[in-house]
Amino acid sequence: MEKYNLNHLRELEAEAMYVIREVAAQFEKPVLLFSGGKDSIVMFYIARKAFWPAKVPFPLMHIDTGHNFEETIEYRDNLMKRTGAHCIAAMVQDSIDEGRVTEEKGVNASRNMLQTTTLLDAIEKHKFDAAMGGGRRDEEKARAKERFFSHRDEFGQWDPKNQRPELWNIFNGKKRIGEHFRVFPISNWTEMDIWQYIYMEGIEIPNLYFTHKREVFCRDGVWMAKAPYMQLKPNEKLEVKDVRCRTIGDITCTGLTLSTANTLEDIINEVAATRVTERGGRADDKRSETAMEDRKKEGYF
Amino acid sequence: MGLDGKPTIKEFDSGYLNMELLRFTTAGSVDDGKSTLIGRLLYDSKAIFQDQMEAIEQASFRKGEEGVNLALLTDGLRDERAQGITIDVAYRYFATPKRKFIIADTPGHIQYTRNMVTGASTANAAIILVDARNGVLEQTIRHAYIASLLQIPHVFVCINKMDLVDFSEKTYDEIKTKFNTFAGKLDVKDVRFVPISAKLGDNVVTRSEKMNWYQGPTLMYLLENVHIAGDINYSDARFPVQNVIRPLTDKYHDYRGYAGRISSGVFKVGEKITALPSGFSSKIKTIDFGDETLGFAYAPQSVTITLEDDIDISRGDMIVKESNVPNISQDLDLMICWFNEKPLQERGKYLVKHTSADVKCLIKEITYKVNINNLEENREDKLIKMNDIARISIRTTKPLFFDSYKNNRITGSLILVDEGTNETVGAGMII
Repeated sequence: MEKYNLNHLRELEAEAMYVIREVAAQFEKPVLLFSGGKDSIVMFYIARKAFWPAKVPFPLMHIDTGHNFEETIEYRDNLMKRTGAHCIAAMVQDSIDEGRVTEEKGVNASRNMLQTTTLLDAIEKHKFDAAMGGGRRDEEKARAKERFFSHRDEFGQWDPKNQRPELWNIFNGKKRIGEHFRVFPISNWTEMDIWQYIYMEGIEIPNLYFTHKREVFCRDGVWMAKAPYMQLKPNEKLEVKDVRCRTIGDITCTGLTLSTANTLEDIINEVAATRVTERGGRADDKRSETAMEDRKKEGYF
Repeated sequence: MGLDGKPTIKEFDSGYLNMELLRFTTAGSVDDGKSTLIGRLLYDSKAIFQDQMEAIEQASFRKGEEGVNLALLTDGLRDERAQGITIDVAYRYFATPKRKFIIADTPGHIQYTRNMVTGASTANAAIILVDARNGVLEQTIRHAYIASLLQIPHVFVCINKMDLVDFSEKTYDEIKTKFNTFAGKLDVKDVRFVPISAKLGDNVVTRSEKMNWYQGPTLMYLLENVHIAGDINYSDARFPVQNVIRPLTDKYHDYRGYAGRISSGVFKVGEKITALPSGFSSKIKTIDFGDETLGFAYAPQSVTITLEDDIDISRGDMIVKESNVPNISQDLDLMICWFNEKPLQERGKYLVKHTSADVKCLIKEITYKVNINNLEENREDKLIKMNDIARISIRTTKPLFFDSYKNNRITGSLILVDEGTNETVGAGMII
C-alpha cells in the first residue's frame, strides 16, 4: 500500500500550481511580476512546472528602478535565455523622464515608492488583467490580510476592508473593464519554506544570496551596499565585509546580512537560528508602522 | 532532476524538511483573548522575531498599555490597531519541530460571520475560545455551528482566562457539560476541551502548574499530534480539469495533457477513467508532474494527466474513475452562508463557481433560515441577509458533477457570484 501523505512543501507547491493555473484560465492577459528575488524565482519555477512541457503562457515583467545589484540583472537575463521566457522591463527612469513621478531627494532617497506608478502604468499600457506577485503573508502584517486573488479597482487601489471572501479553493477573478487582479500564488509560504523548496528542487538562485565580500556601510544599524546612487552621510564609512542578501530588492533599500553562509544548507540553518524578520533590513518598511499597508492601498506590489 | 537540471532531494532524513501541514482557524469574540492566544502560540514557539517584538513593545507603550499586548501581532491594519478589533481574516504561520501551522485568525463579532466561514473553509481544526467567566454564550454556539457546517474535522474548545476564575475545575466542568449538550445537535466528530490562560501561558504550550486536576494534553500537544492524514477523502477519485496543456513543439507535437488538482481520491496509470460530461471512457496513459512522470497521484496533488485516447475534454470537465462517478444534476440542495448587503433573491439568478466549472443558476426555493444562536429552523422568515445561513434549492444551466459536502469538501462546495457587481455573495455546501 502506497503512503498518501504530502509533506508541507509539496502541499504548498500543489496549491501554488493550482493558483497559477487558475490565473491562466480565468484571465485574458496575465503577467508574472519578476524582481530577481528568491520569491519571484520560486513562483516562476512553479509556473514552469504547472504548464510543463508547454512554455509558461504569460510574460514576466520586471519593474526596474535602475538601482539594481548587477548580479540580479545578469541572473534575470540568463534565466530568460535558459527557459525561453520573455521578460518585459518597465523602467522607473522612464516614468521620471516622462514627468509621471518626481525623484526623492536627500540621503535616504529611494525609488521604491516610485515603482507603484511605473507598475500601474505598465499594467495599463500592456492591458494586463492579472499581475502575479511573489508576496507572502508571513512577510509583513498588512500582507497577512491579503487574498490569493486580490481585486484592484480602476485606479489600481486595494481596499483591505472590503475584500471578497475566499473560500475553499474557489477563486473569483470576475472584474469590470479597467480593473485588474493581483494574485499571490505563494501567499502561504514562509521564508523557511522558500529556502527548503529551493534546496529540495535544486533551483538556481543569484550568487548574491550566498556570502561574498563587498564594500558596505552601516546606516541606522543596517548594512547597505556601496553603489553610485548612494550618498554617504558624514559619519558613515565604507568597509569590506562578508555579507549576503536575505532579500533582494532595489539596492538603495536592501539591507545586507553579515554572513558566511556558502551553501543552501548554511542558509537554511541561518534562517532557522535568526531572530529578525527578513524585512527587518528593508528601509522601505521602516518609514512608519503601516508603511506597507499605505503603499499597498495605492497599488504597490 | 529539477527543472534547472540539478538533482532534487527526494528523501528527507531531516525532520524539518518533511513536516505535515495543519491549517486551523481561531474563533472567539472581541474579548475572549483570541489574539492573545495566537500571540502566545507564536511567542512560545519562537515564531515571533525580535524586530516584530520590538515593534509591538513600542506600539503597546504608545497606547499606554501595561506590558506587551500580544494582540498587536495579529491586528495588522491601521483601523484594527486603532480600534483594537480584528476586521479581516489574517493568516499567521509558525512551525514546531513536528508540524508547520497556518492559522486563519478570524474576527468574532457577529457582523463578520463571513470571515469566520472563510477561515473555516480550509481548516483541519478549529479553536473555539470561551471566556471562563462568561461560559457558553450565543457566539460559542455560533462558532461551533459554523465549525460543524463547514465540516472542520477537529474542534478544540479552549476555556480561557482560567486565572480569573481561580483555576476552578468546577467552572471548567460546567462549561464542558453545557457545550456538550448543544454540540449533540451538531455534526462535529472530534471535540476536545482544554482549560487555559492565554495571557499567562497555562496549558497553551507548557503544562499548567495551577490546574493539576486537568490530566489532558496542552493545546500545543493537540495541534502537533491530532491525526489529520485520515481527514482527506481517498476513496472517490475526482479530477476537475483546469487547463489543457498543448505544447505544439516538435518534441511534444501530439502531447495533450489535462492539468488540474486532484480534489479527492487516487489516480493510477493504466486505470480506466470516464470524462464528464461526455461520458467517454479511456485509460490513464501518464501522470506528469513537471518533467517527472508518476505511477500514481492523490489529493491534493496538482498534476497533468494524459489519456490513451483522443477525447474532447476542456476546462470545467471532470475526470473520474469509471467505477465511481459523482452525482450529475442540474438541481441541487444547499446550505448557504450569505455574504452580501443585498439579500439573497428568491427566483434570482447568480453565477456559480464549482470546482473549475462556471455556470448560472436560478434560486428555486428558500427552504428555511437557520437561527445560528439557537440552531432552530425558521420556515417563515425567508429574508436572507448578510451573515445569514439558509437551506436553499437551485437549478443550474448545465449539470454539475458533485458529491455531498459531508463526503467531499472540494466537489461539494460552490460559491455564488452577483452578475452585476462580480462580488462573491454566497458560499454553498451541497447536501
